[in-house]
Amino acid sequence: MSEILAISTQELTKRYDGVTVVDHLNLQVKENEVFGLLGPNGAGKTTTILMMLGLTEPAEGSVSVLGYNPTREPLKVKRQVGYLPERVGFYENLTARENLRFIADLNGISYAEANRRAEEVLKMVGLTESELIENSGRNLKIEKTVGKFSRGMKQRLGIAEVLIKRPKLVFLDEPTAGLDPKGINQLLDLIAGLPKAGTTVVLSSHQLYQVQRVCHSIGILAKGKMVIQGAIDKLGREALAGGRFQIEVETENPDDKLIKALQDIKGVVSVEAKDDILGISTDADLRREISKAIVENNFPLIQMKVQEFSLNDIYMKYFREE
Amino acid sequence: MVAIIRKELADYVTSIRFLAFILLVIVLSITGLMAASQGIRAANLPEGIVFLGLFTTSGTVLPSLTYLVSLLIPIIGIALGFDAINSERTGGTLSRVLAQPVFRDSVINGKFLAGVAILSIMVGTMLLLVSGYGLRMIGVAPTHEEVIRLFLYFVVTIFYGAFWMGLAILFSVLFRRVAASLLFSLALWLFFSIFIMLIAPAIASALAPASESAQYELQRTILLFSPNYLFQEATTVLLVPLVRTFGVVAESVQPYWLHNPLSLGQSILVVWPHITGLISLSAVCFAASYILFMRQEIRAT
Repeated sequence: MSEILAISTQELTKRYDGVTVVDHLNLQVKENEVFGLLGPNGAGKTTTILMMLGLTEPAEGSVSVLGYNPTREPLKVKRQVGYLPERVGFYENLTARENLRFIADLNGISYAEANRRAEEVLKMVGLTESELIENSGRNLKIEKTVGKFSRGMKQRLGIAEVLIKRPKLVFLDEPTAGLDPKGINQLLDLIAGLPKAGTTVVLSSHQLYQVQRVCHSIGILAKGKMVIQGAIDKLGREALAGGRFQIEVETENPDDKLIKALQDIKGVVSVEAKDDILGISTDADLRREISKAIVENNFPLIQMKVQEFSLNDIYMKYFREE
Repeated sequence: MVAIIRKELADYVTSIRFLAFILLVIVLSITGLMAASQGIRAANLPEGIVFLGLFTTSGTVLPSLTYLVSLLIPIIGIALGFDAINSERTGGTLSRVLAQPVFRDSVINGKFLAGVAILSIMVGTMLLLVSGYGLRMIGVAPTHEEVIRLFLYFVVTIFYGAFWMGLAILFSVLFRRVAASLLFSLALWLFFSIFIMLIAPAIASALAPASESAQYELQRTILLFSPNYLFQEATTVLLVPLVRTFGVVAESVQPYWLHNPLSLGQSILVVWPHITGLISLSAVCFAASYILFMRQEIRAT
């Protein structure tokens, strides 16, 4: 993961009719990562995204997207950035391919190239030929207009349309809404694979489990302010365990001598024994040293794991306080 | 912007709306021709303006083509523009299109230009249909001057249609609901085409009860605020060269009045204010919707 910033905002502020929706926001998204933008409804996520696209002007502060200022040079930003709005809308009287070709046309892609890319992105999002064709009863191949699509198909078409311009950065606002579990899995796999193809992803969602599965780092917004920002595993430790690692070890009949030996390892803060399970709190990832100590004291090492923090725990911790 | 014009044109041409327009054009042309075939002999037009009679003479019951056009062009203009912006907004397509590398004004410019193109196709088709069949019917070829007059009529009609389309687009920017923008456009059309005709004489007689000629002048001044009336006067002068003025002519002058057709330059001189008025009205309408659209927030919901 490179350290180049795809997005950075400085003291970004937006007010609607005197109400501050985004409040001095400082946000950094690295290139080629999946960034999760979280927060309750009305926290200012969509407004932040619109400002990054240059669709809305900030009241104060500045944004830099891929090195450009979206307010000053909106076209340069939009040429490389894809946006999937929360409520996707298509021209319902056109077919999926016609919709894609229109977007390609707006991006200045030639007709032949647009057709090629349309097939490519339709395949990527898993819209198959049998889904796109109307069952007319005869052997005619008539393409369905988007008006006849299901919610999930429209959602997938929305992703396809974002990808057709081969963007360097995509904003996805609630991309999994309306998809079935299989579709969600496919989409999450697709999103997780985008950074490898050189596309940075900013994902706004309420589905914490999904965010945790694909995102490298997150930012939580509340009332237009950034509550917390960083890599998920680091945030979990900071939020719930005072910045420490919680290591769980399963062995057989641990005695005081073993516990003493473990406590003597440099960096171990505390050791708690509960039946066969030892809960060890450390300052760093000391699994190597701990396993060595157990084996040297002739105890079997049955299982050892670093406790993982679910995003749900982190999220709830910050919103319980309010 | 070319991409947007292309898509809008493709949309129009494949829509049911367009089919209705084409039917309307055919029906209008047939009606106009029938009216002319009934009335053109009785109209007894002087040489040199006979061909124009095809468009302006009314039959025993049928109204003339120009009258029908002046009635229906506003409806067509409104039909082309009333859902231009707000249907995209409610459909969720506006934010998607604006997230593409296009300037925001390309969207509204593209829609307006595509509408003007459709209007030109319709009016052009109608004029050519009537000219062709009319030529067969009366066997009198148009003079150069008549061709120029017809072309000017075509241009003025396009501007008139563009005014109503601009107004409808303005309402579609202002109102979120398609029904609201349609109703407001139709209400204005009703006001300018019917109510102002009823109100103007009433106001005139209330303000200047003494003099009949002053009353007439006042009434006409009020009516000139209506684009419908502007269009009717402008096209009458353009296509009926016998018409010299709409104002009051003193009785002492009338004996010296020659009843021969005006030359093209003189006719244009008479309607120059009308034409500039119509053009500026459509420009104002479009400019207002342009500015409003550029300033609007693009929130998806």
